[in-house]
Amino acid sequence: MSDIVIYSVITVSAMGTAAAIILFMVAKKFNVVEDPRIDLVEEELPAANCGGCGLPGCRAFAEALVRADDISNLKCPVSSSEAMSKIAVILGKEISSQDPLVAVVRCAGSPEYRTKTNVYDGTPSCTISSTLYTGEAGCPHGCLGLGECVEVCKFDAIYMNPETGLPEVIDENCTACNACVIACPRNIIELRKKNKKDRKIYVSCINEEKGGVARKSCKVACIGCGKCVKVCPYEAITLENNLAYIDPFKCKLCRKCAPECPTNAILEINFPVRKQKAEAGAK
Amino acid sequence: MIQTFPRGGIHPPEDKFSAGSPIKVLPLPKTVNIPLSQHIGAPSEPLVKKGDKVKTGQWIAKCKSFVSANVHSSVTGTVTKVDKLMDSSGYKRMAISISTEEDQWEEGIDTSDTLNRNIVATADEIIQKTLDAGIVGLGGATFPSHIKLSVPKGKTADVLIINGAECEPCLTSDHRLMLEKGEELMVGIQLIMKKLNVKKALIGIEKNKPDAINHLSSLAKGFGGTEVRPLKVKYPQGGEKQLIKALINREVPSGGLPVDVGTVVHNVGTAYAIYEAVQKNKPLIERVVTVTGKDLQTPSNFMVRIGTPVSELIEAAGGLPEDTGKIINGGPMMGKALINTDIPVTKGTSGILLIPSAEAKRKPVVNCIRCTKCISVCPMGLEPYLLQQASEYKKWDIVEEERALDCMECGSCSYICPSGRPLLDYIRLGKSTVSKIIRSRKQ
Repeated sequence: MSDIVIYSVITVSAMGTAAAIILFMVAKKFNVVEDPRIDLVEEELPAANCGGCGLPGCRAFAEALVRADDISNLKCPVSSSEAMSKIAVILGKEISSQDPLVAVVRCAGSPEYRTKTNVYDGTPSCTISSTLYTGEAGCPHGCLGLGECVEVCKFDAIYMNPETGLPEVIDENCTACNACVIACPRNIIELRKKNKKDRKIYVSCINEEKGGVARKSCKVACIGCGKCVKVCPYEAITLENNLAYIDPFKCKLCRKCAPECPTNAILEINFPVRKQKAEAGAK
Repeated sequence: MIQTFPRGGIHPPEDKFSAGSPIKVLPLPKTVNIPLSQHIGAPSEPLVKKGDKVKTGQWIAKCKSFVSANVHSSVTGTVTKVDKLMDSSGYKRMAISISTEEDQWEEGIDTSDTLNRNIVATADEIIQKTLDAGIVGLGGATFPSHIKLSVPKGKTADVLIINGAECEPCLTSDHRLMLEKGEELMVGIQLIMKKLNVKKALIGIEKNKPDAINHLSSLAKGFGGTEVRPLKVKYPQGGEKQLIKALINREVPSGGLPVDVGTVVHNVGTAYAIYEAVQKNKPLIERVVTVTGKDLQTPSNFMVRIGTPVSELIEAAGGLPEDTGKIINGGPMMGKALINTDIPVTKGTSGILLIPSAEAKRKPVVNCIRCTKCISVCPMGLEPYLLQQASEYKKWDIVEEERALDCMECGSCSYICPSGRPLLDYIRLGKSTVSKIIRSRKQ
């Protein structure tokens, strides 16, 4: 009886030692030296793996940061500038500061302005619906309202407003990861510069049809009249293909353009109420 | 012997209500809107402008590239505008609008009904006239016919297949054409045979059209080399690759063309159009359209000028039934819903189908139960459930590996699915994305 115990103890420990030696040698031979800074950098990253940087996940982005000589082209849209400067310290590299961005939905075609002429009962996917036809309201550029942007958002920053049937962005949650911009088959969503107090002023339309045709599709469409271009003191507005565009980096939020727009296609959000408007309302 | 294709296929209810009604000529509409992209390929370029007077059969838009087709005026009148208009694609595209006056035909067009059996045109003339007349595949795919008539260098065709299967339920336009224009059709087939230099032509007709089979069989005796072959009633019997497999037992390779296995397939409508173009000098300005539906007063077949609004056809067939849920351009399997009735009839419109609202709705979508029905009905031997999932989750590499590009969008999988899953919708999306990826890879 005791023999069995002794033999088995000896055999097992001999096997264990042999295996340990082999494993030790293999580990030595195939040792992978990894830069310890990758882990440090990764810790500073948001770990959301959203892919907004264009790389598959935060780990890959950390590796790219460590490998690159010049990291000014590598940008994490989610990280705050503080986190990025910390990473720059870890790596001992220069980093350029970037303006924070926020997603903006450039369509205001709620049923109030854009009457529904038909009912779509196919697959609830914007991409599929967009390949089939212009959409329920007949605007070939407008929002289809099937919520593909909501589905792809990993930060709960976009939701469908049931009243307007349009997606709305929650500025606090939005990290400008670009996922919704890619998901939208009609390129309605754009990343624009984030301003103080989340103030925004933008042309809420991307319809490139001629004025009359665009207006028929939607009452708040940009008709390309060019009034806003003339009134802008900073040359921030350009008119191309019957569509005005406000450059967010040139715009100084003076709000001169919005009241000029005959179709109310320029939206101003989170601004204090205009004085004159309030008076006019009182009269 | 009844022939068929071996793999997959379904048996939807036939519902050919309009099979017994002869082709009627629809009165001229007040205005026609003639789209400039009625075919696969580049849109044609307009040759007329607002205010121009045009005659019936006048050339009004020319093809710009090889894969394109000419367009002709289908009426006499004044061009009112050349602008973007909603067509059956669901988007606004360039179209020429013409207000109609009394018919005045362009010179040189033979408008009589007399049969011209005497073939004098040479092979080159046949192809030139097909190109000039703007003929496209009238089965629905609208691929320019002059391309199919020119066999690429290094390849030979030994048999011509004429597609008279009309496997789509409800549609009867090809059926009526075979019955009423049988002789013209046979001359058209002779013309195609002459151009392709083939000695044999097989006309495939589904068994549910015995009158057409008998009529064409008796006519075929007078024309050398043609033979009518009855086919089993099974959808999609009229699919190009299925028809080739059924009639001559050859398999078109994945990504290949019928000419790779020595054959060319044309629809009966196309053969008739080629007859008219070559023998009568008449461009493709009208076609047979079936207007049908369960609740429709008089399901009919009309000879319609291209560009006629769909509303005129429905009016002529007894008006729009009150409880209509969807209006489909084409057949119930492969057709597409229209969003209004102002949309014009194009070269590819084989039928207008009115579906009552109770039947127009889709089944609610539930989970895939892995019953593999979609695999057993797929005539191309694909796995639709897998393609759908891969496409939904944007796994384009899997979509490509699983040969999504072989899918011909017959819709058998979506028809059979007990879970009502949107199989074809996603496969179509996968197909278009994968072909875009392949194109970008080549650049």
